[in-house]
Order: sequence, then C-alpha cells, then structure tokens
Amino acid sequence: MSSNVASLYSEKVMDHFRNPRNVGEIANPDGIGHVGNPTCGDIMELYIKVNDDIITNAKFKTFGCGAAIATSSMVTELVKGKSIKEALEISNQAVAEALGGLPPIKMHCSILAEEALKSAIDDYSAKKKMLEEQR
Amino acid sequence: MGRIYLDYAATTPTHPDVLKAMLPYFNEDFGNPSTICSYGQEAKGEIGNARTQIANLIGSRDEEIIFTSGGTEADNFAIKGIAFANESKGNHIITSSIEHPAVLETCRFLQKNGFNISFIPVDKQGLVDPDGVRKAITKNTILISIMHANNEIGTIEPIAEISKVAKKAGVYFHTDAIQTAGHIPIDVNELGVDLLSISAHKLYGPKGIGALYIKKGTSLATFMHGGEQEQGRRAGTENVPGIVGFGKAAELIQQEIDDESKRLIYLRDLLLTGILERINHSRLNGHPTMRLPNNANISIDFAEGESMILNLDLEGICAATGSACSSRNLEPSHVLLATGLSQEQAHGSLRFSLGKWTTEDEIKRVLDVLPRIVARLRAMSPLLKNQSKI
Ligand code: FES
Repeated sequence: MSSNVASLYSEKVMDHFRNPRNVGEIANPDGIGHVGNPTCGDIMELYIKVNDDIITNAKFKTFGCGAAIATSSMVTELVKGKSIKEALEISNQAVAEALGGLPPIKMHCSILAEEALKSAIDDYSAKKKMLEEQR
Repeated sequence: MGRIYLDYAATTPTHPDVLKAMLPYFNEDFGNPSTICSYGQEAKGEIGNARTQIANLIGSRDEEIIFTSGGTEADNFAIKGIAFANESKGNHIITSSIEHPAVLETCRFLQKNGFNISFIPVDKQGLVDPDGVRKAITKNTILISIMHANNEIGTIEPIAEISKVAKKAGVYFHTDAIQTAGHIPIDVNELGVDLLSISAHKLYGPKGIGALYIKKGTSLATFMHGGEQEQGRRAGTENVPGIVGFGKAAELIQQEIDDESKRLIYLRDLLLTGILERINHSRLNGHPTMRLPNNANISIDFAEGESMILNLDLEGICAATGSACSSRNLEPSHVLLATGLSQEQAHGSLRFSLGKWTTEDEIKRVLDVLPRIVARLRAMSPLLKNQSKI
C-alpha cells in the first residue's frame, strides 16, 4: 500500500499528468505502437501520422502510473514535426529530461514511452515497405 | 474544504489529549525508570499505569504486556522468540499468505535459517480457513501466526476458531492485532491467543511504541539483550513519553469503541455503496461483513491505482492503492493477488481507511470527485476500445 505520491514528481511531470497533451487515437494512422511494461504490467499505445517522412501528428492512450501518462504525453509532443530518423533518436532519457527528470524507480516508464514510439515507427516502416513491394 | 485524510490504516494523528499527557515526560518527569531516585520512580509508576491501560484494552494481566518499539518489533519478537525458544521441539511455522510484511519477512528470514514455513492461502474474501490451518499442522509445528484483521482489505479472520485448532495441537498461536486493537473489542482470553501484537500509532497514539502480549507461561526467547527492563525480555531504557502516550490513547479509544465503530461502519458503507453505484466495473475487495469498521477497499477496472491516488491527492484527498506502479518493488499487492485478483484488478485497487475525524461531508466529497477521476483515466486507457460500453 502506498499513498501520497504527488511529491514524488517534478512540476513538469505533474503538469503533463494533469493536462496530458495529445490523448486519443488517430483515425487511419500510418503507424501504431502497442507496448506493455514488463516491469509493472502497464500498457501504452501510440498513433502516428506521417507525411513525406515527417511525423505530422501523434496521439496516445496509456493505462499506467503518473510517470507513464506524463512520458507518453511528452513523447507525442517531442515527436511532432520530426523526421522518422530524428524521431528514432529520441531516447527515454531525453523524454525524462524534457519532463525535468523522473524518480529513479520511474525510469522504466519512460522506456515504455520510447518503445511505444519505436514500435509505432516500425509499424509505419513495415506498412510502407509492403506498399512499395506491392507497387 | 481542507484536506481529507482517508489513510488512517497507514497511521493516525496523535490525539491532542495523548500529546498533552506525553509532554511532561520529555523534560520535566524525564527520569530513567531504572534509577531509584524519585525522578526514576515516578517514571516507573507511570509505566505501570500505562501497562494497566493497555492490559484493559485487550483483557490481559498487566505483567503480560511487554512494550516494544512498535508493531513490527512485536511481530518479530513473537515469531523469532517462539522459533528460537522452541527449536528443540520442531522447526515448522504456519502463517497466511496475506500477513503484513512484518510477519511475512520474519518468516522468510527464519526459512533461510532452517525453519519450514507454510504460507497457507485465503479464500476470495481474504478469509483463512481454520480447517486449512489444522491440515497444515505437523508434529514439527511450533507456531501459528495469523493476523486478526488484514491491513489492506480489512477482512477479520476467525481467530477464536483458529486458536482452538492450535490449542488442540499444542501449538503456540500469535496474532497481529495492529489493525484491530482499539477498533473492535479484543479479549485475549476469548480469542485464545498466546501472543498478540499491537501498535500505538494506529489508535491515535504516537509512533515508535507498541506492545506484545505474552500469555503467562509462554516460552519465548529474549528479543533485545541488555538491561533488566521489561522483565528482562526486552532490554533498553523505556520510551517513557511513548509508553505514557500509548496508555492514554488506549484508555481514550476504549471509552468510545462501540459508538465509534457504529459511526464508522455507517460512513464506510456509505462510501462503499456509493462507489459501487456510481462507478461501473468496480468491486469490493475483502469480506462484505467480516471487515474492519473503517476499511473500504475496492478495485476499479481500466483505471490505474497510482494515477487515481495522484488525482485524488490533487483534490486534497489522501488514500492508498495496491497497484504495482506505486509499490517499491513494482509488484502488485500480495494480499489482493492472494484473494485471486488478477494483476489488472490489483492495479486498479483503492483503499480508503476512515477514522476519528472523518465526516459524512468528506465521504460525500469523495463520492463526488472519484467518478470524475475514473472517467478521465478510463478515457485515456487503451484497455477500453469501446468507451460507450462503460
Ligand atoms: S507505468 Fe507502472 S510504474 Fe509507471
């Protein structure tokens, strides 16, 4: 049992937790990432829209702790307007840093966000490859 | 409205009258009870009074109460004390899978040191089956330790029945009564236990003080070696202010135990039925009737516990969760899993524990705030593809 966890998090994390950006799904997305957290069992879904190799939109759905919600929100913010190559370089540390840091015990949640992004990009690349082969 | 504290099972504020009773023992009547000057003798007298107050709360004799540094020490003392003093008779201990870590980890420590431990399961409502205990007994069994009521889900165990099983087999019986002492009536003779742990800070006393009831004639190894304090069973200069505060708290809580438990049961049920009515896909954890007057534990599907606690905290409401995300080892509550809940269900658990200063308005506020929080988190959850179903 535990209680009173709010003081655990930075202001930035609490801001993204309170007002998460880009919550939801994208209709006809170009890539979907679906990952589960092996540590605690939480789930994250990330949707991306890609135009000319640039990520134009990103949305997420997360079942998880405060850090999981805040990191998913932050990763969708960071990724918008980036090229696929740039997006692949976004690490979990970068996400955590953008949030003003995470408690050590919560770093695994930011890994989940990085993996959700990678998985969405993989999905996009696979689909793209399939289309190219069909051509 | 100010902050709303609904985590009384974690700890309670010290009652103002208790604090007042303690204060002189820090710097006025500060004597060491082991010394013979009047300072020391006065302190010694006060310890005696406190011991009577605690003994009255649980129906024991004064000399059967040994003060400890808290509930955890009382549990350690009881279990290791029996184990080390009775090793020649056997090395088997029976406990349940839903005990507090103070008991579980003590048993695991003994397990690493040559003892056999049976962690017996509980049913869906968290009840230990006395017959299951009976079946687990072997000729090597020296101790049974089953908690009086569970700290997470509030289930009250059939201690009197289990003690009959223990007695019949000639096995010592310990119960951790840290959640029940002062909250439901306790009589050690009716319960039939040999050892019983209690803690002050769960009944509006200070932190850092507890006690172990040791039935006369129980063969128990000394826990703390040193001076002659506490009949030589637990050495160390007594925590006089703590002991005085513990005694006062026990006396005060005993005076209102009946009225207070009625009041809390009313508020608890208001909260429970309110949540179950307002939030679909929610369920009660623990036993519907055999439960602590102040404990409301529920699971809410598709909403994660830490996120709910954070949101409640932002609204000024303090509660607890058994979610993996908020535990230090990232494991969901062992108690909830033992009652057969899935990882997901344990994830969405909330514990509200009520107390002396809980009001009906506070409960109504929770009922107003919580459904909104759940709806918001569910809207964010990938577990719910079709939200219209909820
Ligand atoms: S998602 Fe479970 S701990 Fe962060």
